Amino acid sequence: MAESPIRLELFAADTRTATEVPMAASGVAAGFPSPADDHPAMSLDLNRLVVRNPSSTFFVRVAGDSMRDAGIDDGDLLAVDKSLEAHDGSIAVCFLDGEFTLKRVRIEGGKLQLAPANDRYRPIEVHPEEDFAVWGVVTYVIKKLG
Amino acid sequence: MYGLCDCNNFFVSCERVFRPELEGRPVVVLSNNDGCVIARSNEAKALGIRMGHPYFQLRELIERHDVAVFSGNMALYGDMSRRVIGRLRQLVPAAEVYSIDEAFLDFGGIAAGRLGELGHRIGRTIRRDTGIPVSIGIAPTKTLAKIASHLCKHYPKLRGACFMHRPEDIEKVLGRYAIGEVWGIGRRHRAMLQAAGVATARDFIAHSETWVRQRMGITGVRTWRELQGEACIDFETAPAARQQISYSRSFAREVETFDTLHASMVAFAASCAEKLRRQRSLCGSVTVYILTNRHRDDLPQYYESATLHPPVATDDTLELTLRVREGLERIFRPGYGYKKAGVLLSDIVPREGAQTDLFDPVDRARRSRLMEALDAANGRLGGRKIVVAAQTLSPAPTNRAHLSPAYTTDWDQLLVVKA
Repeated sequence: MAESPIRLELFAADTRTATEVPMAASGVAAGFPSPADDHPAMSLDLNRLVVRNPSSTFFVRVAGDSMRDAGIDDGDLLAVDKSLEAHDGSIAVCFLDGEFTLKRVRIEGGKLQLAPANDRYRPIEVHPEEDFAVWGVVTYVIKKLG
Repeated sequence: MYGLCDCNNFFVSCERVFRPELEGRPVVVLSNNDGCVIARSNEAKALGIRMGHPYFQLRELIERHDVAVFSGNMALYGDMSRRVIGRLRQLVPAAEVYSIDEAFLDFGGIAAGRLGELGHRIGRTIRRDTGIPVSIGIAPTKTLAKIASHLCKHYPKLRGACFMHRPEDIEKVLGRYAIGEVWGIGRRHRAMLQAAGVATARDFIAHSETWVRQRMGITGVRTWRELQGEACIDFETAPAARQQISYSRSFAREVETFDTLHASMVAFAASCAEKLRRQRSLCGSVTVYILTNRHRDDLPQYYESATLHPPVATDDTLELTLRVREGLERIFRPGYGYKKAGVLLSDIVPREGAQTDLFDPVDRARRSRLMEALDAANGRLGGRKIVVAAQTLSPAPTNRAHLSPAYTTDWDQLLVVKA
């Protein structure tokens, strides 16, 4: 088969959330039409904001205070996206030496460091021979007040 | 071109997403009630642990080799499966769910020159985004795509994706591919073919179409053609309505009383009825069965089933509950320890165009609104909160001693990350 010079990227339409468009919500009686009819009922879906990528977003719970100064406290919920690549400065769920740890990833001059956001903790240098992986990048913090 | 995306050791891989330290260690997942092995990591396979191996026979091996053991966590596997499918659908024009860990992919309209690279990209993307390692096979037919994905598991050099399209490559592969492993060749036909001297897929296609048709009918011919690159099995985007719906469980301990057995079976019937309504079907027969523990030679053994027919085809939980009771009353014998029970719905027909009975004393329309309300309420409340009263009378417990958390479906069981 000859290779076609046209490159097509195909994406499926996202049809998970449906928006219903009401038809003549105030009926067809003669008289003054409701000014609200031009603004079909729409609501804000928090899922669509927090979960950009449903296939790769996982919720996890925080235990500990080493990321306190980054606004992440003990017991908070995090939305973690596995599809995102960690960059210098990303807050990520990391897997180091058999344990999950939440830290800010620092990449400087080819060196990798996991930085806490709390003076009481020290940064961790990750050496190439260590068993290390970024599990996912944190995209949102969900905090319960009171 | 067709593709098959097969999740590698799927249940084990789901557990490892949340326990990455188990990478490289032997892992097994057990069936309901921790009865036998239903998934194995490659390391567990290397220890000689078989599919279906009874757990109690493995305890020593498990201890000696530090095998990680999990009770089947279907809530987790179902959610991870939906994630894999969801992601696949963004990467290819269409994906057809074949089972919890397999999906056929449609590559229609994509230039063959791109498919090798695309297969690898799909594999890498699924692994990165969901954590699940997959094998991607791409070939001119579904049957060949399944073979191609299978090759990935045996040849690490393929790096998880195999685009098999040149006739000479296909012939070489079929010459080494056991006929019994081919998709669509059942146990009965495998024995017949082996007896006839057909060992490999190539031996099979060397026979004439007439030879195959006489022995295996039209389905055999379909497989025969598919192996030769002629696509005969169409792409189905909508899952076919199931012809039977069943629910059965083994109990943690033998159950002796009618009431406990009854409460469990009413719950099974409710679950079947819910599935039936979800696929907009009705059933004409209900079968109930109970059996004693086959592994206990020292105890008296009993197995019996009964099939009942509601007056008209139904999807009504209350109607089915009555039939289950009637059936159980017929087959239950005191003095036995029952280990397993099940409910099976069959004679399934689409709800549209079903026969009705003019003299039917039940107001079906009203009942059907009740069932809709029941499903809607249970959907909102999460889980089955509204049930038939008989179900709440202490059903028998099942064993799930090694169950991992429902990391992705329960706010109270999320993965905990140390900060």
